[in-house]
Amino acid sequence: MKANIPSKPIDRKKITKRVISIIVIAAIYIWTFTSVNIKWDTIFSMRTIENFDRIIPKFFNPAFEETPTILEMMLETVFIAYTGSFTAAIIAIPLSFLCASNIVKNKFLNTIGMWILGAVRAFPEIILAIIFVAAVGPNPFAGVLAISIGSTGMLGKLYSEVIESIDMNIIESLESSGANKLQILFYGIFPQVLPEFLSYAIYRFEIDVRASSVLGVVGAGGIGTLITFAYLNRNWEEVGMILLAIIVVVTIIDQISGYIRKRLV
Amino acid sequence: MPNNKEKFIPKSLYPLKTKRIITLSLVAVLGFYLISSITTESFIINFFMKIGNITDLIGRFFPVDWSFAGAVWEKLFETIHMAIISTTVATLISIPFCLLTASNITTNKYLYNSMRFILNIIRTIPDIVLAVVFVGLFGIGVFPGIIALIVFAIGILVKLLSETIESIDMNPSEAIKASGGNALQTIWFAVMPQVLPQFISFSLYVFEINIRASVVLGLVGAGGVGQLINSQINFLNYPAVSTIVLIIFAVVVIIDYISGKLREGLV
Repeated sequence: MKANIPSKPIDRKKITKRVISIIVIAAIYIWTFTSVNIKWDTIFSMRTIENFDRIIPKFFNPAFEETPTILEMMLETVFIAYTGSFTAAIIAIPLSFLCASNIVKNKFLNTIGMWILGAVRAFPEIILAIIFVAAVGPNPFAGVLAISIGSTGMLGKLYSEVIESIDMNIIESLESSGANKLQILFYGIFPQVLPEFLSYAIYRFEIDVRASSVLGVVGAGGIGTLITFAYLNRNWEEVGMILLAIIVVVTIIDQISGYIRKRLV
Repeated sequence: MPNNKEKFIPKSLYPLKTKRIITLSLVAVLGFYLISSITTESFIINFFMKIGNITDLIGRFFPVDWSFAGAVWEKLFETIHMAIISTTVATLISIPFCLLTASNITTNKYLYNSMRFILNIIRTIPDIVLAVVFVGLFGIGVFPGIIALIVFAIGILVKLLSETIESIDMNPSEAIKASGGNALQTIWFAVMPQVLPQFISFSLYVFEINIRASVVLGLVGAGGVGQLINSQINFLNYPAVSTIVLIIFAVVVIIDYISGKLREGLV
């Protein structure tokens, strides 16, 4: 027996949206698979199998005798990431206030701030690194510049979201008791946002350690420099050792920063 | 009696211990900054010394050489194809893995911890290093780039998805188990409907990350538009570089927009 259940309301707008989405996705897939060129015959050849036999065992036999050099470069990588994140964490603060719509009431300025941050975020660090290497020469300074600019985009956006979510009543009460702009900033806004700012900055440092470990591929200092050399010399034992160093150091930094962030917020 | 009325001095807002900890950590943070900025030759003075070079170079990027745009499209489409294929494959592969790394689905502690450990290691390896390794194995071309992106995307996707799965409501799956459903039915009817919207949204998010990542894989010979940037920089052909960079910027913005709309349409 069928109960008198009213039929499900049909949301035409939602259905059309869904159909269009599916058609778009199908079109994108057809375009992709018809036009991508993968040379299957060279990939599934004897050479690849030989490569596997030749290279993979070497990864698991890392060159421990290179440890001092690799550790030194890894330390430089961490330094690049730290300086870059620190600079970004400070540059991002004024930009994020510019973007936050509850602090800067001017819509035009908000949009400009958003555009600056969005434009910065569109470029991967390594592209920025290429440009800065061309400008200041192949040294860690180019890496620091790339990391600090790359991180500013993300940190600024996260910061401005934090600022937008603060309790405005505190600011109003400060205003009504006659505080000036600077006092509102220091006693009303900063205490509310600083823990989260710090937490995001540390999180970004985690990402930057990973990012700066490859900047050397384009000559911007850090352990990436060694990766390029080892790779060009087909020295796979050394590549294995570098991989091991990256994994260990990144894991340690992740653990420490995770611990600090848990205590902060 | 003015002496009786001692002046009231309010105590500090924070206890002395907190103050000491804050001061110490501030000193540590700043000290480490000083050390690292001096060793990486990036002390603030250095920046002002080099600012002439930077502005000088930025001047050389203009005017933009639009005649170069024709050469960019082919490589750029290759980049997009790499991102699409790798995201699709990574999404499919990550489904079983994210079930295995969710503590409420995989109740076996050893299996859960070992899966977590493996995925944590995968996530620490940067995408370019993966590309270097796979180019060494498979030779130069699009294929090693795609494999590198797949591995890279699995690391991110599994982390995001397993956290979503861990936060679902377990009552429906208990109900299905109680009425005699097997493990597959539980996952299909209780877990899937709850996580599907996030699943789609995370896949599109990873697709955006992959587009950005695949731009640079060409630097180590793994296909895509990165190769073009590198060669033009080496030829000191800066107007062409700015063409490429502007086109990449526009395409990334358009793709972000489309994927945002798709997310709205599907979720």
